[in-house]
Amino acid sequence: MTGASTSLRRAAMLLVATVTLALAVPAGAVQPDEVLDNPVLEERARGISAGLRCLVCRNESIDESNATLARDLRLMVRERLVAGDSDEEVVAYIVDRYGEYVLLRPTMTGSTIVLWLAPAALLLLGGGLSLVYIRKRGRSAAPSEAALSPEEQARLKDLLHE
Amino acid sequence: MIVELGHFALILAFMVAVFQMIVPLVGAHRGNAAWMAVADPAATTQFLLTAFSFGALTYAFVTSDFSLSLVTANSHTLKPLIYKISGVWGNHEGSLLLWVLILTLFGACASWFGGNLPPSLKARVLAVQSSIAAAFFGFILFTSNPFTRLEVPPFDGRDLNPLLQDPGLAFHPPFLYLGYVGLSMAFSFAVAALIEGRVDAAWGRWVRPWTLAAWVFLTIGIGLGSWWAYYELGWGGFWFWDPVENASLMPWLIAAALLHSAIVVEKRESLKSWTILLAILAFGFSLIGTFIVRSGVLTSVHAFANDPERGVYILMILGFFMGGALLLFALRAGAMEAKGVFSTVSRESGLVVNNLLLAVSCFVVFIGTVWPLIAEMFWDRTLSVGPPFFNAAVTPFVLGLAVVLPIGAMLPWKRAKIGRAMRALAPAFVLALAVGLLTYAIYTGTSALSPIGVALSVWLVAGAVTDLWTRTGRGSAGGRAGRLWRLPRADWGKALAHAGVGVTLFGVVTLTGYQVEDIRVAREGEPYQVGAYEIELLGVEENVQGPNYISTLAHVAVRTLEGREITQLNPERRIYPVAGMPTTEAGIDSGFTRDVYIALGDPQAAGGWALRTWIKPFANWIWGGTIIMALGGFLSLSDRRYRVAAGAAKAPAPRGQGVPAE
Repeated sequence: MTGASTSLRRAAMLLVATVTLALAVPAGAVQPDEVLDNPVLEERARGISAGLRCLVCRNESIDESNATLARDLRLMVRERLVAGDSDEEVVAYIVDRYGEYVLLRPTMTGSTIVLWLAPAALLLLGGGLSLVYIRKRGRSAAPSEAALSPEEQARLKDLLHE
Repeated sequence: MIVELGHFALILAFMVAVFQMIVPLVGAHRGNAAWMAVADPAATTQFLLTAFSFGALTYAFVTSDFSLSLVTANSHTLKPLIYKISGVWGNHEGSLLLWVLILTLFGACASWFGGNLPPSLKARVLAVQSSIAAAFFGFILFTSNPFTRLEVPPFDGRDLNPLLQDPGLAFHPPFLYLGYVGLSMAFSFAVAALIEGRVDAAWGRWVRPWTLAAWVFLTIGIGLGSWWAYYELGWGGFWFWDPVENASLMPWLIAAALLHSAIVVEKRESLKSWTILLAILAFGFSLIGTFIVRSGVLTSVHAFANDPERGVYILMILGFFMGGALLLFALRAGAMEAKGVFSTVSRESGLVVNNLLLAVSCFVVFIGTVWPLIAEMFWDRTLSVGPPFFNAAVTPFVLGLAVVLPIGAMLPWKRAKIGRAMRALAPAFVLALAVGLLTYAIYTGTSALSPIGVALSVWLVAGAVTDLWTRTGRGSAGGRAGRLWRLPRADWGKALAHAGVGVTLFGVVTLTGYQVEDIRVAREGEPYQVGAYEIELLGVEENVQGPNYISTLAHVAVRTLEGREITQLNPERRIYPVAGMPTTEAGIDSGFTRDVYIALGDPQAAGGWALRTWIKPFANWIWGGTIIMALGGFLSLSDRRYRVAAGAAKAPAPRGQGVPAE
């Protein structure tokens, strides 16, 4: 939370969310009158909607949300699709108006590259360390193997009788 | 009066906790047996005082004592009794009281059942456990007192959030907390071992049942929460990658890794420092989860409190315990030299891979969860990290785990031949491949990921069966079947838990890949077809009065395509006037192979009602698998070697007569 403007915006969103929740009748997401006649376009619209955040909700996509704003966005997505936009153009259109925050799948640009590369990087790092460990355990395997078990037993016994 | 006594008991418990965190620790350091021994009565006293305090708060809720501001804010006279009780923990202050109640219960259990622990280790474990309790008692008393009175009590309360008035959610928090807090025992054992400077097979044996119990409770808690979301939120989602869900998933993943690596410590005296680190991190993620939920820093449905003061206090607790434990780890871990050796292909290596995948997936979830905060702090970018990211980032780990799990589970300790395990698994592999291909053939044109997921779940279940069957040794099929029932419970527990993973995976994959959805305006007397079913709206009743809500209730017939009626569903929309909040109650016909899920929408201007219908294949398998996993954990927990240990604690037999290592 840096700037006061961000926290203020958060607070405002929260307030809107609370009010909307209080007023909205639970209808659940996509309304029958929103559904496009063209099933291919509708399918694309659903796909796009699942990736867009409902700005006044708590962690819901516009495809799942009951809020009025989510409905407006769903209609906007469908309008653009009917007008012949590609999926990317529709998303860009929405992002232009509502900012990066609306994307549930963050773009791979700038600092976010770190986020997207993190899983692979962590796996490689952890995998490398594990490999070194397993190798090391394996190398010392040959000589000491026989002597291990009784000693282990003795120490444990010792400890338990302490 | 009872309320004041409850408050007083809480303050006393705080003092006992401070006492118990210092005296036994000093005693263990000096080798003073009497000082060490006070930990036992102190742990019991602490628990009894906290239980009394919790009882007092419950009493206030049950009797609707609106002079307590907490009761006023979260209860109502008309609320059914069960939700008056669950209302105790359906809020910030009460849920924290439940948190410490469970924490002190675990401490007391360690005292009651820890008779075979070396006295100095036991004293240190109880002292560390008590230091956590002291921190949280302080948190409650100084920032979140549940016993605050109102000067002018109102006539009635403001009611509990209606979403929380539900049986699934009533018991979701207690289980989750049993899991979160159960991991504190692993933490206390780890820190105590670091102070002692000794970790051995016996330590692994002591710490494993606690971790296993915590993991089982977390599994049940997460399962309940997911089941609740499925039927309550009105469209049948079961996992949302909400920060609060992630907060429970992270400790679950680490606990799963921990209970596997503790086996290596117990059986082979390897992976010691890694296991200690996992034990510290597991509880660390529990604390992070508590921080995320309680501070409301990542806004989500579950954030009860949006109060920075509380957030900072929990952050301080987190910093102190994690910083302290990790510092101790850095100083002492070098002394934990591993003893067991193993070759590259062995059970040990398999478990290292298991730990690698579980731990890395946990960190991936962690990074995704906190990334919006990081991006805002360092680059002033306001962005979201939602389900599309998590699905893409975590799915490879799940698939990887599913591929290696049956193989790793079959490998013998120390030195294995991969060919042998693979030969035993050949039938499972062929079966999985066949089912996967069949699925792909039936649903041509859909993504290849779903058939792969189906194949992997078959692979997991068949692999677990193979594992169990292989354990019966050689001989006639009849003889082996007979031996099957005499296998140790731990073997059954392992096979069940692993099969449960497969069953859950199957449910998740089929539900997300092959569900059928229908959204339309339904009119009375106009049946229509969804999937292999005929749906007809029979009528809608408005203004149906419930105990504390008003309902709009639809009657919907579900028939086969031949017109035979299967069931009638009653999807509802409720309004809770006191809280001013609406909820949806979907009509669900649960079945073994599919759920028919119907949600009622708005009345339409031109007549009719918006009606949403889903056919959700194998939905129940998601939670069925969860139950199987938990059952496997319980079975393993009841295995003879742990019961023997517990028996030794109860019997007045010579102290320290422990279980010999295997």
